[in-house]
Amino acid sequence: MSARFRPGDAVRVTAERPAISVGRPHIRTPHYVRGQRGTVAEVMGPFRNPEGLAAGEDGLPKQVLYRVRFPQPQLWRGYAGPAGDTLEVEIYEHWLEPAHA
Amino acid sequence: MHDPHDHAHDQGHDHGHDHGHSHGHAPPPDDPSFRSEQALAARALRLLLEEAGVLAPGEVARQIDRMDAITPALGAAVVARAWTDPGFKARLMATPAAACAEMGIDLQGTVLHVVENTASVHNMIVCTLCSCYPKTLLGIPPDWYKSFAYRSRAVIEPRSVLAEFGVTLPDGIEVRVHDSTADLRYLVLPARPAGTEGWSEERLAALVTRDSMIGTAVPAA
Repeated sequence: MSARFRPGDAVRVTAERPAISVGRPHIRTPHYVRGQRGTVAEVMGPFRNPEGLAAGEDGLPKQVLYRVRFPQPQLWRGYAGPAGDTLEVEIYEHWLEPAHA
Repeated sequence: MHDPHDHAHDQGHDHGHDHGHSHGHAPPPDDPSFRSEQALAARALRLLLEEAGVLAPGEVARQIDRMDAITPALGAAVVARAWTDPGFKARLMATPAAACAEMGIDLQGTVLHVVENTASVHNMIVCTLCSCYPKTLLGIPPDWYKSFAYRSRAVIEPRSVLAEFGVTLPDGIEVRVHDSTADLRYLVLPARPAGTEGWSEERLAALVTRDSMIGTAVPAA
């Protein structure tokens, strides 16, 4: 299966996915990165979708999983460390959209 | 409800081996004197699953023994090999499971991802959603790794957390926190300490602590 994004691509994490959230509480996208802009660090390949697996389904179709990198000062107002500190989170493709500079 | 504990997101590939249940308790799980409501429920469920043929008799106990036998020494041996053998290190970074298999280590389906500490980047691992941890390589995680305090503070103020662990890094080194939220399990490959030239793998492995493979410590000679 082909990946929609490549390393270095600017992406945004979808802010809300009510169609997924309602009655489907098992979501691996942490709240603190929802709506945030980041950069694809690495494409990790397809994995079964945990939102389906947790509901007793087969988790298919698989979703491409990415490691997405965020600048820490962007995530946390008043971040105490240097501007170059980063955070990486694993995000499945259906939670990502292209971001423009 | 967002259950902060260890559950189904690993279904389909590693069946919870990497999750945060603590098996380090004194009485074995089937000790009849262990009579909490949870213990009774777990025993009843196990018996039902055995009766239905889903689990073989003794399978749960064998898996617990298997997990209890894994200690951070396994990870330390992998790190020491990577420090002394550049070819192995390259394979460990590219295909971690195959590299571990070379050393006779079975990751049992864990999708390991190795992050290397360098002169410019220090990596640190946390799972904010539950307590994902590379159990098949490092064994049972420390209690603090599963604590709400670590799980929240490691992402928001990693340098303060590191300082409390005794690690102070200059501003010129990027602190890169990895939130282990999904299918990957992370191993930090620490930097080999200066002054260890010519050391054997065994001697090097003794420097590699569990915390240094989580990124909350730095090995020193």
